[in-house]
Amino acid sequence: MADTGFIPKEKWGAFIEGLAAKAQVWVPCLDGDVVIFKPYSKDQTLCFERPANSPPKGVIFPQSDTLFAFNFSKDPENPQKVMVELEEKLDFPKTIIFGSRPCDAKGFLIYDRPYMQTDTPDPYYKGRREQTAIVTMSCQSTYAGCFCTAVGGGPADKEGSDVLITELDNGYFIEAITDKGKEILQQAAAESGAGHEAEALKKQEAVRARVKDPFCANGKPEISKDLFESDEFWEEELSKCVSCGACTYLCPTCYCFNITDETTFEKGERIRSWDGCMYNHFTLEASGHNPRPTKFQRFKNRVGHKFLFYPEKYNGVIACCGCGRCIRFCPMSVDISEIVSKLQKQTGSASNGK
Amino acid sequence: MASNKNPYIPELVTITNIIEETPNIKSFQVVFNDPERMKTFKFEPGQVGQLSVFGVGESTFVINSPPTRMEYLQFSVMKAGEVTGALHELFPGDQMGLRAPLGNWFPYDMMKGKKILFIGGGIGLAPLRTLILYMLDNRGDYKDITIIYGARTPPDLCYKEDLKEWEARSDVNLILTVDTEYPGWDKRTGFVPTVLNEVAPSPDDTIAITCGPPIMIKFVLQNLAKLNFKDEDIITTLEARMKCGIGICGRCNLGSQYICKDGPVFSLAQLRDFPGVV
Repeated sequence: MADTGFIPKEKWGAFIEGLAAKAQVWVPCLDGDVVIFKPYSKDQTLCFERPANSPPKGVIFPQSDTLFAFNFSKDPENPQKVMVELEEKLDFPKTIIFGSRPCDAKGFLIYDRPYMQTDTPDPYYKGRREQTAIVTMSCQSTYAGCFCTAVGGGPADKEGSDVLITELDNGYFIEAITDKGKEILQQAAAESGAGHEAEALKKQEAVRARVKDPFCANGKPEISKDLFESDEFWEEELSKCVSCGACTYLCPTCYCFNITDETTFEKGERIRSWDGCMYNHFTLEASGHNPRPTKFQRFKNRVGHKFLFYPEKYNGVIACCGCGRCIRFCPMSVDISEIVSKLQKQTGSASNGK
Repeated sequence: MASNKNPYIPELVTITNIIEETPNIKSFQVVFNDPERMKTFKFEPGQVGQLSVFGVGESTFVINSPPTRMEYLQFSVMKAGEVTGALHELFPGDQMGLRAPLGNWFPYDMMKGKKILFIGGGIGLAPLRTLILYMLDNRGDYKDITIIYGARTPPDLCYKEDLKEWEARSDVNLILTVDTEYPGWDKRTGFVPTVLNEVAPSPDDTIAITCGPPIMIKFVLQNLAKLNFKDEDIITTLEARMKCGIGICGRCNLGSQYICKDGPVFSLAQLRDFPGVV
């Protein structure tokens, strides 16, 4: 097992510091009472005990990102004429996301299909993605609202990660999954992983058994398209939603964005920022027309995208990683797993009736 | 910049002419700053482009000149929001950004040898114009061409020069309407869907293509169905708020399809497949 290693607890800090010497390393840091990913520095308080409040998606898909800059200048021959020059901004450093969870890593796989596996790949996402290695910690516990196994994941799922680390009683078991992961394992100067697999596996299995599965559909819940035709169910379920959009910002798989210009007199930038389908303005047209004017219509689209449209487009893959953040942090306690579970039951009873 | 792989970076174009179509619609004729690019640029009737006013933003418009007339590319802009407002402030000689062509196009090959019925309202004539002109430039490929076009008032009718020309042609049947009576207007009055019922075109061997305000499209689709047009023979082109233009940013979807990339042209048969659309 050349691709595994073991790091004793006392060498853990040095391992992360060593990685930070060669790449920009993003780690979950305690900030007040929340955990968020920040660039590593010695004075941060790292926190691996619970998943970060927000996923590390911003490392590869920044909340606000410059697409290009533009400069205006007057044509010296004709002062009436303003010339424009565009300057592309594509330069991405070597980066490591350290301490993501398997659900967070899976989130990037959901991004990859529309952002990279198309005839018009997104150069900003692709550039950062290729420069970034993902070092994931398997979950030591389950957390309020999380349901990864119900959507095909798992608390020690390797899919999407370059390295998977499992915390043991005396140290950390490290598995290199990809070539990028092997490079990190080499840098770690770890002891042999041999003899630690069994303990790691036992811990992983114990957590897996405790993850809730509200769908009981072997990780592939199915919802009938017909349920998206009616309004009544959705209106009722969403009556408490306040359209704050927190669910979209905290979602590892939500990838919608807005593009805006910011400018001073002679120069400016075109900027891409996170946006969310739960906002009224998201689809509001200049004419005043809005194809999704109510919050329940917007939520219908949000659930539809994750559990019906995305799977339709990409081979049955569900665009939800079950991290449960949208449930944990919703100020009105809207629970997508409960709603999908109800839809699934209606789908089941409709097909049984046929 | 034709070889530029970055789909977000616009190419620079210069306005050569501006036509005031109506009190709130202007058409912009543009050419690429790089004259070589003007020769290599290819598009199909119905495809769209994103126009940039740097410092204000981008908005999507159909290329409403046909690919058979490549002296310039024409876009028509109704003043409605920030970007369209800024576009209306521009003059010939000013520069803009253009990302084009985007999206799919009218299936004109499938329409060959058939009768064609265009139904447009207001600025919705823009995407139909590119196909009408393309068909007139290949007139022998198509049978009867009927155009039903309406606007609120006579001054709100777009492309008045084209309308005059089409009216004069014996191989085009142009039916114009405005919503209510208007001084000096001696043609039809009434909403486009109503006029469609009055004209009652036969669905036999006919493809219907419609574009207009959402409410007009809704009733035109209903009325075409009542006239026994088959869903596959009804084509429309849709509009939505768009940003990326390449099917990622998430705001213009109908089910799993994106209007900017998989559309804007859809048949009614396709639209029926999307939950809650028609």
